[in-house]
Amino acid sequence: MDTMPKWVDVFVIPLISLIIAAILSSLVILAIGESPVEAVKTMVTGALGSTYGWGYTLYYATNFMFTGLAVAVAFHARMFNIGGEGQAMLGGLGVALVCLSFNWPHWTLVLPAAIIGGALFGAAWAAIPAYLQAKRGSHIVITTIMFNFIGAALLNYMLVNVLRPQGQMDPASGRFPPGTNLPTFQDMFSTFGVTLFRGAPVNVTFFVAIAACVMVWWLIWRTRLGYAIRAYGHSEPAAIYAGISPTKIIMIAMLISGALAGCMAINNVMGEAERLVLNSVEGAGFIGIAVALMGRSHPFGVFLAALLFGFLYQGGAELSLWSNIPRELVVVIQALVILFTGALDNMVRMPLERMFLAARRRRQAATSISEPAE
Amino acid sequence: MDFLTILQILDSTIRLATPLLLACLAGLFSERAGIFDIGLEGKMLAAAFVSAAIAFVSGSVWIGLLAGIGVSVALSALHGVASITFRGNQLISGVAINFLAAGLTVVIAQDWFQQGGRTPALEGLARFSPIELPFASALADVPIFGPIYAELISGHTLIVYLALLAVPLSWYILFRTRFGLRLRAVGENPGAVDTAGVSVVGLRFAAVAICGMLCGIAGAYLATALQAGFVKDMSAGRGFIALAALIFAKWRPWHALYACLLFGFLQAIALRPNVIEEVIGFKIQIQLLDALPYILTVVILAGFVGKAIPPRAGGEPYVKER
Repeated sequence: MDTMPKWVDVFVIPLISLIIAAILSSLVILAIGESPVEAVKTMVTGALGSTYGWGYTLYYATNFMFTGLAVAVAFHARMFNIGGEGQAMLGGLGVALVCLSFNWPHWTLVLPAAIIGGALFGAAWAAIPAYLQAKRGSHIVITTIMFNFIGAALLNYMLVNVLRPQGQMDPASGRFPPGTNLPTFQDMFSTFGVTLFRGAPVNVTFFVAIAACVMVWWLIWRTRLGYAIRAYGHSEPAAIYAGISPTKIIMIAMLISGALAGCMAINNVMGEAERLVLNSVEGAGFIGIAVALMGRSHPFGVFLAALLFGFLYQGGAELSLWSNIPRELVVVIQALVILFTGALDNMVRMPLERMFLAARRRRQAATSISEPAE
Repeated sequence: MDFLTILQILDSTIRLATPLLLACLAGLFSERAGIFDIGLEGKMLAAAFVSAAIAFVSGSVWIGLLAGIGVSVALSALHGVASITFRGNQLISGVAINFLAAGLTVVIAQDWFQQGGRTPALEGLARFSPIELPFASALADVPIFGPIYAELISGHTLIVYLALLAVPLSWYILFRTRFGLRLRAVGENPGAVDTAGVSVVGLRFAAVAICGMLCGIAGAYLATALQAGFVKDMSAGRGFIALAALIFAKWRPWHALYACLLFGFLQAIALRPNVIEEVIGFKIQIQLLDALPYILTVVILAGFVGKAIPPRAGGEPYVKER
C-alpha cells in the first residue's frame, strides 16, 4: 500500500526540492553580494521577456528534452546512463556525416536522414557499455563515464584529422550545405510586418523533441516492450520469472537512450551551429540527469523540467551579461537540483511520509470511535 | 633518445601520477567500505580552489592545505549524509558534488578575485617548493645512479613523497589493522559487521572522511605544487582517471600505485609527442594517448584481461531491518 497519494510524489516532492534549491541558490547570490530579487528579474526578462529570449530558452529546452528523455528511458530499466554527453557528441558526428555526405536539396529530405544518423551513432556509443553490463556485469555508470572521455578523444581525432577542411585552423568540420539548414522559428512565425524570434536558434527540432516526448510516453506506458522495461526496472527477479530477458531489456533500453541523446545533435549541430565543433554538447548530457530526476522520468515531467532548465540557461547567460554573477551559477543550481531531487530525495520524502501516515492513523482512529466494532 | 630525456619523462610521470594516486587511494577507502564515489573530481577541484585562495590570502601554503582538506571533507560529509544517512543514490550524489564544485569554485573565485574564475598566481611560501634530498647535488656526477637520484628521486614537493608514503600506509591500515578489516567487511557484508556489534554507519562515515582528506591533499597539490594557482576546471578529469586507476588496480593499494604510475606516464608522454615518434618510428595520435586510460579500464572491466570485481556491497545503502 502506498503511504502517500500519487500527487504528492509527482508534484509536491519535486516542488519542495526545487524550493530548497532556489533558497540555497539565493543564499549563494547573497553571499557574493548581489540581490537575488534583481537576479531573478534579470533572468525572467532575459529569458522570457522577448521572443528573442524565448527563442533561446526553447532552443536550450529542446536539447535538454532529448538528453532528459535519454536518461529517463534508462532509469525505467534501472540503468543510470551518465553517458548522454558522449552519446550526444557521437550523435553530432553522425548528423555531420549525413549533412556533409552530399548536397542535400531541401531540409525535409535531410531531417529524417539526420535523425537516423544521429540516433544510430548515439545508440552505437551506448551499445558497448550496454553489452558489457548485460553480458559481463561491468557497471554501466563506470563504463559510460569512460565512454564520455573516449568519445571526446574520438571526436577530437575526427575533427582534427578527418573532417577539418584544408587550410582551416580551428578543429571543426566545414559548413553544412545550405540545403541542410533547418527553418528557425524566425522563418516560421514571422509575418511580413513583424519579425519574431529574431536571431534566436530555436528551430523545427523543437517539434521533433515534443514528438519524441509523446513517442517515449507511448513506448513506456502503452506497449508491451515498455511494460517489460518497467517490469525489469521494478524487480529483476519478477521480470525473469515472467520470461523477460534481462539482456534484451538492458540492450534495448540503453540503445533507445543512446539514440535519444544522439538525436540532440539535430538541434545543436544541424539547427544552430550548422557545422560540427569540438564542444558542441556543452554539458547538456549531464543536465539531462537533472531534467530526468526533476521530471520523475515521465515524458511530460521531462518536458516541463527541460523548459525550466532552458529558462535557467538563457537566464543565466543574461545574468552574466548584465551583472557580476558568472554563468556558472546555473551549474550550482543544476547541482542543487540533482542533489535534492536525486540523492537527498529521502530527506524530503521521509518527513512527508511520516506526516501522511500520522494523518491516516488519526483518520482510522476517528472512524473506529464513531463506528464501534461489532 | 638520451638518458636525460628518459629521466625527464619519468620525473614528470611521478609529478603527474601524484594527484591521481592520492585521489585513487581516496576512492579505495570509500569504495572498500561500500560507498561508490564518483565525486572525487569535484572534491579535488573544490580543494584546489580553496587551498589556492587561502594560501594566497594567508601567504602560507600550510594553511591553504588545511583549508583545502577542510572543504573536501565537508563535501565528503555531504556525500555521507546523502548516501549513508538518507540512503540516497551514491552515484547521483557524486554527480551533484562534481557540479557543485565546478559551479561554486568559479562563482566564488570571480567574486573574490575578479580574474575570470581563477586565483592570482601563488609565489614564495604560498606554494609547495621542491625538496632537495641530502647529497643530491654531491652525487649528481656519479654515473647512472647520480642523475637518477638527483633528477628523479630528489627535487619533488613534499606532497609527492607523502603520496608515495600513503601507499604502504593504506595497505597497512586496510590489511593489517582491526579498523581495516572491519572497513573491508562493511563493504562486502555490512549485515555481518552489524551483527558483530560494530557500527556500519560509523565505519562508513570514517571511510568517507578519509576519502575526503586524501582528495583534499590531491586538490591542494594541483593548485599549490603542480601549478601556481587555481584555474577553472583545473582537475581536468583527473578524478575520473583516478577512478579508472582504482578499477584497473582492482581495489588494491599497491596496484593502485602501479596503475597511477602507468596513467601518469601516459599523460607525461602525451606532452612530448616527438619523443614517441622518435622511439617507435611512427606517429601516435595524441587523442589515442588521452583515451588510453579509459580504454584500458573498459577492457579490464569487461573482464577480458582478468576480472575486476568490486566490493560486493558497493553502492547499496545499508538498511538495518528488512
